[in-house]
Amino acid sequence: MDQFAVKVIVRLRPSVLDPAGEATKSASIKLGAEGIKSLRIGKMIEVKIEGNDENEVREKIDLLCDRLFANTVIEDYEYSLKKL
Amino acid sequence: MDNFTVGVVVFPGSNCDRDVSWALEGCLDIRTKYLWHESSDLSEVDAIVLPGGFSYGDYLRCGAIARFSPLINALDEFVKSGKKVLGICNGFQILTESGFLPGALVANKNLNFICDDVELDIVSSKGGWFNNGDEKQTIKLPIAHGEGRYHCDSDTLKKLVDNELIALRYKNNPNGSSFDIAGITNEKGNVLGLMPHPERACDETIGGTDGLFTLKSLILK
Repeated sequence: MDQFAVKVIVRLRPSVLDPAGEATKSASIKLGAEGIKSLRIGKMIEVKIEGNDENEVREKIDLLCDRLFANTVIEDYEYSLKKL
Repeated sequence: MDNFTVGVVVFPGSNCDRDVSWALEGCLDIRTKYLWHESSDLSEVDAIVLPGGFSYGDYLRCGAIARFSPLINALDEFVKSGKKVLGICNGFQILTESGFLPGALVANKNLNFICDDVELDIVSSKGGWFNNGDEKQTIKLPIAHGEGRYHCDSDTLKKLVDNELIALRYKNNPNGSSFDIAGITNEKGNVLGLMPHPERACDETIGGTDGLFTLKSLILK
């Protein structure tokens, strides 16, 4: 069995208003940062997982992302995977 | 109807379970039974309420973890049998996360946790959850939520409108919900999810009785 490190990024779909992102954008501008066109907040999930090969692990992560990590009604996800 | 029993589901983090039970037992004389979320035996109850609160601390997303409890897994058959399921606040969030109702509930537009009484228009009579047989088409119920902004895509919204699945709409949208939606039903009408709390409006001494009918309708066909 190999071990893999997976980083999942979950973000609100572009069509979904992100009030927390808007509030943080407003604070960023108050801090003096210039040129911010948009700021949106997502989640990062790190998983260490065992599997026989990359494909097997991808299948498991796809299921987790689709059914648990993200609610695809409002969120998109992507992930990167590294063999340890 | 003497033995009619309403199951009130208790998740770790539920905090309106006792209020719902009080409203049903104390105000309406309807028998209740607490159902721990680990239980999948729904044979002793005739209707189910998923109460408000913060199941699993709202971790990941509101209702996202509760969806995987044995009880929610058993709910599919219960719903298919036509028995009534009422999801209030966090219960509504659980019903959308688990796919019993379409759409999702996300952070309020202004990011505030809103605790207030709201005026609501009764839109649909599907499922018989609201008393809209007479002239009273508007009710007042309390809300208390940080993540109650109903969101769905335009196709889903069209389906909700066309099939008369929108049960309640806010008169003055407090949270940015699409189409002012405060509550929806499934197509059959036996599942209702709503952000307002009918159980907190069941006695004049606490501000109103507009929630009584919805709880009472649990025992009506």
